[in-house]
Amino acid sequence: MSMHASLSLAALATALLGAPASAQHQGHSMPMQMLSQAPTPPPGPTPAPTPVDPHAGHAMPVESAAQPPASDPHAGHVMPATPAAAANSGEAMEGMDHSAMGHGTMAGSTDPSPGPEMETPPPPEAGSGPPRAADAIWGADAMSEAREELRRTHGDFNVFWFQGDRLEVHARKGANDYIWDFQGYYGSPTSRFWFKSEGEGSFGERVEDAEFQALYSRAISPFWDLQAGVRQDVAGPDTTYAVVGVQGLAPYLFELDAALFVSHRGDITARIEAELDQRITQRLILQPRVEVNLAAQDIPWSGVGAGLDKVEAGVRLRYEIIREFAPYIGIEQNWRIGGSADYARALGEDPSVTNYVVGIRFWF
Amino acid sequence: MSNTTLSRRRLIAGLGAVSAFSTMPAWAQGHSIGGHGMSRRGAATIRAGFDEVQGEVIDLAVRDGLRIIEGRRSIGRAVNGSVPGPLIRLREGQSVRFNVANHLREDTSIHWHGLLVPFQMDGVPGVSFPGIKPNQTFTYEFPVRQAGTYWYHSHSGLQEQQGHYGPLVIDPAGAEPVQYDRDYILLLSDFTELDPHFIMSRLRTGEGYFNRQQTSWTDRYKLSGAERRMWAEMRMPPTDIMDIGAPTYTFLANGRGPTEGLEYLFRPGERIRLRVINGSAQSFFNVRIPGLPMTIIGADGQNVRPVEVDEFQIGTAETYDVILQPGSAEAYAIVGESMDRSGMALAMLASRPGARATVPPLRDPPLLTMGDMGMDHGSGGMDHSAMGHGNMPQPESTANSASAARVDHAAMGHGAPAAAGAGAAAADHAAMGHGGSPGTAAAAMGAMSMDGMNMRDTSLLPPDVKVGPGIDMVSMSPVDKTGDPGLGLRDVPHRVLNYRMLAALEPNKDTREPSRLLELHLTGNMERYMWSFDGRMYSAVSDVPIRFAWNERVRVKLVNNTMMGHPIHLHGMFFEIVNGQAPAHQPRKNVIIVQPGASATFDLTANEPGDWAFHCHLMYHMHAGMMQTVTVVGPEGAA
Repeated sequence: MSMHASLSLAALATALLGAPASAQHQGHSMPMQMLSQAPTPPPGPTPAPTPVDPHAGHAMPVESAAQPPASDPHAGHVMPATPAAAANSGEAMEGMDHSAMGHGTMAGSTDPSPGPEMETPPPPEAGSGPPRAADAIWGADAMSEAREELRRTHGDFNVFWFQGDRLEVHARKGANDYIWDFQGYYGSPTSRFWFKSEGEGSFGERVEDAEFQALYSRAISPFWDLQAGVRQDVAGPDTTYAVVGVQGLAPYLFELDAALFVSHRGDITARIEAELDQRITQRLILQPRVEVNLAAQDIPWSGVGAGLDKVEAGVRLRYEIIREFAPYIGIEQNWRIGGSADYARALGEDPSVTNYVVGIRFWF
Repeated sequence: MSNTTLSRRRLIAGLGAVSAFSTMPAWAQGHSIGGHGMSRRGAATIRAGFDEVQGEVIDLAVRDGLRIIEGRRSIGRAVNGSVPGPLIRLREGQSVRFNVANHLREDTSIHWHGLLVPFQMDGVPGVSFPGIKPNQTFTYEFPVRQAGTYWYHSHSGLQEQQGHYGPLVIDPAGAEPVQYDRDYILLLSDFTELDPHFIMSRLRTGEGYFNRQQTSWTDRYKLSGAERRMWAEMRMPPTDIMDIGAPTYTFLANGRGPTEGLEYLFRPGERIRLRVINGSAQSFFNVRIPGLPMTIIGADGQNVRPVEVDEFQIGTAETYDVILQPGSAEAYAIVGESMDRSGMALAMLASRPGARATVPPLRDPPLLTMGDMGMDHGSGGMDHSAMGHGNMPQPESTANSASAARVDHAAMGHGAPAAAGAGAAAADHAAMGHGGSPGTAAAAMGAMSMDGMNMRDTSLLPPDVKVGPGIDMVSMSPVDKTGDPGLGLRDVPHRVLNYRMLAALEPNKDTREPSRLLELHLTGNMERYMWSFDGRMYSAVSDVPIRFAWNERVRVKLVNNTMMGHPIHLHGMFFEIVNGQAPAHQPRKNVIIVQPGASATFDLTANEPGDWAFHCHLMYHMHAGMMQTVTVVGPEGAA
């Protein structure tokens, strides 16, 4: 609103203010009940002395009405304002009559009703079956579409979510790697199709690892989903796995994803990932992350030793430019352990690697 | 808006910024209802503020348009080209016919919130009627059987968030119980640039997406390390007060943002009736006028015994009528602070155009406490059941705001006799030892350890509650908190309204003892954003109504097993809150806030036959499942 506009408004409003009283009521406020009615007596008794009303001509200041309820309980001897209220309208008398005649002392009592204490089912007269009253008015056909729409949109509807949790570049001695770690779902709050993909490679080289998972995810408790499905590894020798896992939010707000994999070759492995968001400010978030890989047996062709295979521990600091898009920097330490470390050394690789990471986290 | 010359058209559109104009009769605006700004095809602009319509036949048109609030743009859905839609002004006893034309490309509807209508006129697609198709005009027709302050809104899709709502006022057939010189409407709502479907999706997928007041290493919340760990252990955010706040939302007063200058004119000494309507999609407001007490005279359209307060919380879809008597100050700020204190709706009471009062800064955001999880460690008078204490609850309810009232009275020195009465009451109760402040008790509770406590002991739930992933918490020992003024208001140093301070002015017609108890559990999973009654989302119970026999008198107890307050709304009927008042004066309402972890109870006379919607009035909670149909069997069904 510009200054000029404001001034013009002020001028016009002033004009309105200066109008005759009745016009003012029309213009400035809703036409008033009391103006359009025959003069009405001030409703209700005024038990307390009426304070001087600076506004002449108004018989019923609010104080007189406000006082009974405010003061009655503390007088302690007066029934809370029932007589006063009864005098306020003819309808009230009707109510009093009814209660006095039909319900003995209870209804006229000033006591709150004790009420039934135990829940009981509705009486048979309450009927049974689905709610179909509107069918009798508008027809069942006309109603069915709207009923279905209401059911479909109030509660168990599906949503889509896709998250690039980590899309990052690893800078370390010798080479620069990249990794991705995506997941998402489509479905209802309790029943979802879940997909996951992660992989890594070095720039200028062939993709080293790439896996895709397709899972059915079912809520088994408020914070946990049980997931089952398949995983396909496409880099290196094609390998198909059966997957079963749990994903959810653990106490202290750890986001946990734990899965067991059984390959078509019979190898059993497992992976546990945990992340924790620590808000430094509303937008700056520090995220420690740990991933542990386990194997039930040696898998020589992929360089995996039985037992603890690989551990990653890192911390990432992201800034949420918007909730859905956050660049981050971080540092991560990877260890290959036990037999896996031996395999790594045999290939001339260092089993312990420190990565400086730069990446983006996004979702939609 | 920087032109130095104003065309007549601009003048009128601009004038909308002065609230006085917003209640101006249609004739004063040249019968241009629905016409302003709608001239350009495809880029129609929706006006802020509203006209007035009345009569026996009222035409309403629902259209798309562009909303611009403080420079932020959004596609809106408007009734007659303005947000809020026109004030519908009716008179008790008349009949009315509404021709509602749908110019959207999707279905729409209008629900008359709080009105006693035949169920097929209630306007809920899929429950009461098929909805209004695009390019269709639907005719609602019903007799007006009541008086008071109400509102109307879409019950289709997520159109409420987009502006499809407006005020509805019915003048009584007889005299108003109180007198006043001016009659104003303050309709509070929430505006966002975002598509509401996007919001719904983000609520499901992005935990805390809209909360910019979360705990962090650098926050200023008074939480100990142990408390922070405890909340983290429970996987619950103590800062989830409203799900959505500013800056996602801009809070509106009569469709205008806080910088857009809504103004109500007054002359010192005048008595003003302010009809406050919470027409938001998902927001609670704490309403106060620094330096000016408010006398509550109506709740949800029904007259109540006048009670003077300095602040009140208005839940989504509630209405309160208050009487103001501004004094000598040049202006007063009407502050509708969002419950999470991320923003405010703002209007000015001005003794001359342009007069401005100091706007108080936003107060610190409140935090949830262990009391909001239903832990029963006695929070003073607040936790006493409304039942079984004989005459006590009423005085106690006064005592809930009592300690505060004392402070306020002394400090602010309001000279009104009513205030003096309340002040005396406060002193009384303090002396009697009933002055326990809920805030203090809750604060003490927050420090307690969580060891050995089960936040989800499903054995506490009755067998008809479906236990599953949709329930992330079970209130350990839910108590009646109708004496709770609401989140953030438990420890403010002045008088705050709570439900126990409400008493029906005219006695209730049916004061029978309820013949049975119906217990409904409000359940949810914040992480998955599932909300439900008794553990079943609407999609699971669309064919399983809550059934009442004809004229049955039922006590309904709502138990909140979640950490959010839910404004539960029953269509088609008033119920009476069991708040310690005598049955004849239990306040009639159609929305009841059930505080986090607590219970609230109402009595219902099932005397409006048909199918009715019953739901949480937080729009996104309703869409996430917290809804069920109520079926009242008609007299012909009675054996």
